[in-house]
Formats: sequence, C-alpha cells, structure tokens
Amino acid sequence: MAYSDKLINHYENPQNVGSLDKADPEVGTGLVGAPACGDVMKLQLKINDEGIIEDARFKTFGCGSAIASSSLVTTMVKGMHVEQAEQIKNSEIAAELSLPPVKIHCSVLAEDAIKAAIADYRKKREAAQA
Amino acid sequence: MLDSCHALERDGWEVTYLDVKPDGILDLDTLRAAIRPETTLVSVMLANNEIGVIQPVAEIGAICREHGVIFHCDAVQATGKVAIDVNAMNIDLLSISGHKMYGPKGIGALYVRRARPRVRLQAIIDGGGHERGMRSGTLPVHQIVGLGKAAVYAKEDLDSGKIDEQRRLRDRLWAGLQENLDELYINGSMEQRLPNNLNVSFAYVEGEALMMAIRDIAVSSGSACTSASLEPSYVLRALGVEAELAHTSIRFGLGRFTTEEEVDYAIALLTEKVRWLREMSPLYEMVKEGIDLKSIQWEAH
Repeated sequence: MAYSDKLINHYENPQNVGSLDKADPEVGTGLVGAPACGDVMKLQLKINDEGIIEDARFKTFGCGSAIASSSLVTTMVKGMHVEQAEQIKNSEIAAELSLPPVKIHCSVLAEDAIKAAIADYRKKREAAQA
Repeated sequence: MLDSCHALERDGWEVTYLDVKPDGILDLDTLRAAIRPETTLVSVMLANNEIGVIQPVAEIGAICREHGVIFHCDAVQATGKVAIDVNAMNIDLLSISGHKMYGPKGIGALYVRRARPRVRLQAIIDGGGHERGMRSGTLPVHQIVGLGKAAVYAKEDLDSGKIDEQRRLRDRLWAGLQENLDELYINGSMEQRLPNNLNVSFAYVEGEALMMAIRDIAVSSGSACTSASLEPSYVLRALGVEAELAHTSIRFGLGRFTTEEEVDYAIALLTEKVRWLREMSPLYEMVKEGIDLKSIQWEAH
C-alpha cells in the first residue's frame, strides 16, 4: 500500500508512546477497538483543573495507519482544552495523514479514543465530587 | 481452488468442502465419509500456499482409487520441494506452475492420466485441436523449454539434498525467533510441512505493522489489513486460529538462494522490531499486568 511520508514518519518515529498512571484522578483513559478486529488503541490524557490537556500518551495494537493516527492525535491534543479536543473529527486525522480509503477506520478509532479518554476523565471527576 | 469450485457450483455441480484438523491436515475418515456414489472428483492441494502444510496425498489417492473417484492434486506450491510420484500416489490429474519452481511466469502444466483410469477432459479453449484437443492454441516453445529446464533443476535440488539446506535454514529461523521472543505460535503442522515455509503468529503485534517495520524482508501476512477484504486469512481461520492471532501472522518463504547470513539478519531484525511493537502494544502491556484479554468487553467495530 502507498502511504504518505507523514504517515510513515509517524509510524517509524511515533510520538508519546507509553502509559500514564490509570489511578491518577487527572488522567482519563480511553481503550477502543477489539483484538479480533485487528486494532486496539489506548489513549491517555492528563487534564488539569482548567480543562487543559497537559500530556497525552498512547499504546496501539494495529496496522501502521492505526499507530500513525494514534501518534498524530497525541501531538494534536496536547495543550488543547478538552472541549476543543472533543471537536476533532476523524476526517482531519485522515486528511493530515492522507489515509487510503481502506484505512479510514483507523482515524475513526483515533477520534473515538479521544472521546473515550475524555469521558473517562469526566466520570472520575464526577465520582470525586459526589 | 476455491474460486474454481465456486465456478463449478454456478454451473450446477455440487461441491462438498472438507474441514481440516487444527494442524491443517485433512482427516482421512472425513474424506471417506464425504465420498458418495455420485462423487466424480476429489481435488486436494498437495501443500498449502500460506502454511505449507503437506496433505497425505498417497493415502488420499488410495482412497479415491478404491472408490473409483478421479483424484486431482494441485501441486503448484509443492513442486520441487517434495518428491511427487503420480503412480505411487494414484494421482490422476496434477497441476504445476512454472513461476513457483524458478521457471518462467505464464506457463504451467496439467498431468492427465491416459489409462486406468483414462481421464477425459472437456477443452476450455477450442480451435485447432492442439494438445490432444484439450487446449488448442499455438504452443510457446520458449516457455515450455523454460518449464522443462526448471523441472530438471528442481529434481536436482531434491536428489542432491539441497532442499534439506532450506529446511535447515527454516528451522534455524524458527529456533532463533523462539530463543529471543515469547508468545510465538506456529500455524499448521511443523512435521508435515514444506521445507521452506514458516508461518508464525507474533502475538500482540499486528501483521501489517510488522511488515512495515521489516521492509528489507519480503514476507506476507494473514492480517486483514494486508487484504482488500478486511478479513483475516481464511486458511488460518479454517485451522481454528482465533482472529486475534490470525491478525498477527507472518509467512516466511525461503528459497534456493537464501543464505544463513540472511536468516540471521532476519532473526535479529524481527527480534528488534517485534520487541519495539510490543512495547507499543496495549495488549502486550495488559497481558504482562496479568489481565486476561478475554475478560474485557471489547467493542467490535
């Protein structure tokens, strides 16, 4: 398959690989996808009281496009407000990496991962306030 | 082979598809039970292209002969890798292809038994009556000579034991990988297998991602991400390999010109890249934390 230089660069030099402390109240964890489908993305966001994403880490089981999409997303959301990060559309990710049509689902997964991580963070906050 | 069977079904023929055992080998009792009085033909691949598993062709041939059924064997993958004797194995029809045996692309051959039983074929190309009317058309002499010469060299490799060198290197590759990496799974029987084939699942590492990381080595994957259908290999699924592992499979093919240095290079490169991808794999991390992946409610997408 022909991939863009940007995609290959993100795959070969993935940014922000790793894990944050799941138990940290400031960390939201999103785990999306399924092993049987061939891709699983774990995205973790560290969000401060102002709602700013201070740090992002990912681990991904999946093809090169899935890894590149995850890596790209971590670089995009850092410094963003959660409300801004929630607005990221898969089409932006797909366009940035020039994903081939059969790989569009990788960008969908990355968008879902952001939403899942933020949802997890909010759930934790609510639980803490209750 | 499956596509040919589907075409026959469209023409009104009834086709029975037989399952294989988890090691990829056909159970002879399954075959015996499937043969019916009206069965015309049994068609079996001598060796599978993905997992290299070799079927018990001689036994299958004997069963077919006993039941008066014509036996077709697709030996395309196996030619030059294992000895084939159409008489000893009771093979009535045998297909081979030049490009899989270091011969020219664009030529193959079909062996057709002429007596006991005489196999009569309906031509698919008419006009001219060449090749006993079975395949009309002017013959490409250069292609035929190329295929013949390739067969001579293939036989030499078998007779001289050169093919065993490929087996030694293949075994070296497998041993080297196992020494350096955990959670590797071989797909298909290791005993009944072509000497040059290795098909391994590198658990928790997606096949296409691994292929991208080892671009100096030409391999193929049973991963859905390398196929247009987005479904993992049906061959692996037929063995009962779970989709999770089918997505992580890589097929290695060694050849006449593969060297020990190349095998050692492949072991080192794979070791490095599989470790790198596993460090990036949430599944590997979870397993190392003692989480049972089956206990998680995954959302299929």
